[in-house]
Amino acid sequence: MNAEIRPIKTAAETALAANFAAARCALPGAGAVAALREHAFRRFEVDGLPHRRVEEWKYTDLRALMRDAKPLAGVPDAATKARAGSAGAALAAAIEARRIMFVDGAFAPELSDLGGLESGLTIRSMAEALAKGDAQVAARIGKAVPTEDVAVALNTAFMGDGAVIRVAAGAALARPIHLVFVNAGGEGASVFTRSLVTVEKGARAMLVESHEGAGEYQVNAALELEVGDGAHVDHIKITGAGAGALHISSLMAAIGAHARFNEFLFTTGAAVVRNQLFVRFAGEGTVAHIGGANLLRGRQHVDTTLIADHAVADCTSREVFKSVLDDEARGVFQGKIIVRPHAQKTDAKMATHALLLSEEAEADNKPELEIFADDVQCGHGATSGDLDEDLLFYLKARGIPAKQAEALLIQAFVGEAVEGIEHAGLRDALMDQVVAWLRQRA
Amino acid sequence: MHLLEVKNLHVAVDGKQILNGLDLSIGKGSVHAIMGPNGSGKSTLAHVLAGKADYVVTQGEVLLDGEDILALPPDERAAKGLFLAFQYPLEIPGVATFEFLRTALNAQRKKRGEPELVVPALMKRVNEAAGKLGIGKEMLRRGVNVGFSGGEKKRNEILQMALLEPRLCVLDETDSGLDIDALKVVSDGVNALRSPDRAFVVITHYQRLLDYIVPDVVHVLSKGRIVKTGGKELALELETTGYAQYRDEAA
Repeated sequence: MNAEIRPIKTAAETALAANFAAARCALPGAGAVAALREHAFRRFEVDGLPHRRVEEWKYTDLRALMRDAKPLAGVPDAATKARAGSAGAALAAAIEARRIMFVDGAFAPELSDLGGLESGLTIRSMAEALAKGDAQVAARIGKAVPTEDVAVALNTAFMGDGAVIRVAAGAALARPIHLVFVNAGGEGASVFTRSLVTVEKGARAMLVESHEGAGEYQVNAALELEVGDGAHVDHIKITGAGAGALHISSLMAAIGAHARFNEFLFTTGAAVVRNQLFVRFAGEGTVAHIGGANLLRGRQHVDTTLIADHAVADCTSREVFKSVLDDEARGVFQGKIIVRPHAQKTDAKMATHALLLSEEAEADNKPELEIFADDVQCGHGATSGDLDEDLLFYLKARGIPAKQAEALLIQAFVGEAVEGIEHAGLRDALMDQVVAWLRQRA
Repeated sequence: MHLLEVKNLHVAVDGKQILNGLDLSIGKGSVHAIMGPNGSGKSTLAHVLAGKADYVVTQGEVLLDGEDILALPPDERAAKGLFLAFQYPLEIPGVATFEFLRTALNAQRKKRGEPELVVPALMKRVNEAAGKLGIGKEMLRRGVNVGFSGGEKKRNEILQMALLEPRLCVLDETDSGLDIDALKVVSDGVNALRSPDRAFVVITHYQRLLDYIVPDVVHVLSKGRIVKTGGKELALELETTGYAQYRDEAA
């Protein structure tokens, strides 16, 4: 008698159902892929949009935050692509990256830098792979880290385009790959991108993913990442999306043995952001650094939800997240470290720090450790507070005006997180973004 | 006109009255020592001169070149030439010492309408001044005072003083926590900055520092007031008699 009674569907839920009914035949992929979509959509229909009584979504009540579901974005026309053309160009140039463009969720090869691909590197369109019935790609959808998460289910149901990237065993990419997702088609559309990146045994790759756009739109982006044994992968996601945007992103990463995996989330944009990270340690002896920095103002709401699943022994993970919250911004961090019974010698430490610049800003922290092994080192720490008055006085006493003194301390606070990024050019580029954000404050 | 004039200064911290009508006049080029027992108000005087927020002036004036500075924020006081060497210099992780010095120096120059210094010129100045104090380039790259020993922190204070070229230097118990070698380095640094245009207020509990930084005038502070003023010999006298008699006098 405890079966939960589903309340009447919200406008957004109704619209999602209508969108799916209208689009299901046109979405790329038949057979197994179509079946995956149907299955995933039914998963969504059972529970509806997650809300505050769903523990994993406690602080980010999508039922309340998503007033409607926008229609699926159409194929971008020439004018839209022209508007999108320069997105991400400055960053790509600064880090000498290969820029791969997605406009309103659709791969734009004519805007992308596909010349002279390094040996062992292939970059393809997900929509094309699905439409052509590529069995290898289809077989991998949802496999890196299986999850029942509803946002991921929605992504699977609606997935349109995205990148399918393979870095062959032993290949070391000379240049970072920069995936640029830009919403240029104006207001009112929703975009579901799905990417699959496979970095095989012993290969080395750096993947930068940036999201931008203007106006009110909805993004549900998912990336499945397979990191092979002995591979070294850096993935940095920069979310600078439009002030009215709703941005949901899911990373599902399976990391092989003796690998190195560095993940960093840098977020300044969108009205509502949910960054979900599902990281599964699938091989022993791996070291992972997972971190991020949020700079938020106005009424921005950014939720970072991490599940680091130590399924095997001997892995090390470090999680460090920093948030700067101004005005009425809200930063949420939920971090769960799971250590499975056989994952002995796991060494996992998680830390979150929030800097509150206003009385109305809010930081919510929910660390969880689920440890089933007995020979492990796990810990977590969380701090939140405002700028240190004594430090500010020290700086001011040296002639530095109050706003500049604050900026210096905020920069230092964020800098400690950004410093963990291995690529010096990208570190500098992100610190420039921090300075630009601070300039808007003054 | 005196460089600094403190008139009938009353200051409360957390509702507790610490300074009770303090008067002090300091001319250009002179070094004044302020001595007193713990709790007499020495550090309060230093902080209130520099403009710390939680120190509430309930009465009195502080004039720098005849201008009342009590309404000015700390950064503007600094730009006018006031410098406080902290008793406990703070650590600022993530802000490199050089960056901190550059920001401070250029902020002051900007406020005074002087052109900002570009990095090469600044680097030269900083390296020269740092070299004199035995502060290596590696320390300049580190976060401000992060991982510095007590002596290094105090040397870093003197480095800032040398670069910012203030007209009034307030040294708050600069000798605390220093061994004799560090004390000598810091004192030499201070003495090198003595000039006819610059004045010093040296706040200390012990006479020892005044062997190295020889004052022109010594004041005894007790219960928030100056209770005695004399020459440098007053410091030596205090060394033998202690502060007990002044505690009684003020009471």
